[in-house]
Amino acid sequence: MNFPYQAMLAETVTFHGHNNDLGEAYYARPLGAGPYPGVVIIHHMPGWDEWIKEVPRKFAHHGFLSIAPHLYFREGPGDPDDVGARVRAAGGVPDEQVIGDVNGAMAFLRRQPISSGKVAVMGFCSGGRHAYLVGCRLPDVDAVVDCWGGNVIVDDKSLLNDKRPQAPIELTEHLRAPLIGLFGNDDPNPSPDHVNRTEAMLKKLGKTYEFHRYDGAGHGFFAVNRPNYRPEQATDGWNKVLAFLNKHLAA
Amino acid sequence: MCSYIVEKAALFGSAKGPKGWMQIDTANVYFDHPYHAPLDHALGIDFICEAEGGRDRVAIEISAESARELVKKILAALASGEAAHAAPAVAAK
Repeated sequence: MNFPYQAMLAETVTFHGHNNDLGEAYYARPLGAGPYPGVVIIHHMPGWDEWIKEVPRKFAHHGFLSIAPHLYFREGPGDPDDVGARVRAAGGVPDEQVIGDVNGAMAFLRRQPISSGKVAVMGFCSGGRHAYLVGCRLPDVDAVVDCWGGNVIVDDKSLLNDKRPQAPIELTEHLRAPLIGLFGNDDPNPSPDHVNRTEAMLKKLGKTYEFHRYDGAGHGFFAVNRPNYRPEQATDGWNKVLAFLNKHLAA
Repeated sequence: MCSYIVEKAALFGSAKGPKGWMQIDTANVYFDHPYHAPLDHALGIDFICEAEGGRDRVAIEISAESARELVKKILAALASGEAAHAAPAVAAK
């Protein structure tokens, strides 16, 4: 009998983030010789939850190294939900700090002996916005996955502040990596209008991108523990993301 | 979409959490993705003591419908409770 062997290891690790601060992250990898491409996972506003740790395991299953940095580690110690509550009360974390932390998580993946050197960033909700931003700000991102990132476009400039001083859309000219975006057509933020305007900007600037819009889906339709979960759209979305990453992170 | 909107209410009182009773002086109230409740958006309230640094909290995440029902019942309990505890009217001689 010839069974294909599959195995992975998932564990918490430390990484150096913005300002070289030492933080915690959840890292999953296949137990093979590699080389494997990598994906940094950016969590949403509520924090470093169980769902965000499932994502690196899914990627490890599909042959990627994947790390989900805890972007609120500086507000610890404590349960991630309590730490997230402190960050919410403080108005979130600064974009600059997130960019530094994601940069550190990317470096962590590239340092692994089984890394192919190719690394993508993927985020959900506010993390989708962060993924777009990181793609525009860091020169060595190999692919960007934006899952329903809202506020990429900011029409009301009064919403900009010291922590989030710039709308990511304004930085699109600096985007070097190919980008995939997944959106639900019933989502109020990002609205279909914002998705269309973002696509128009990517097109105008000649960027490599693909957008997938889903009817019958709203915000966060991958989350299996929430009413917005849409199994058909989520399955198709995951297949699109994996095909995109396999194409653009190929050695 | 994740919001960063938090309404702050100044309070006087106590709340009981895993470490027992604590003094509270603030409720952070928001409507956003919850951490635990199986909802897309939930009304969250974090009861904290900012004077003590605000690191410990007593938290709830409930549906919008539940939150509105709770508001009604808080007002109803206050109305009937305050009436019951009001000083009895002095009988006219």
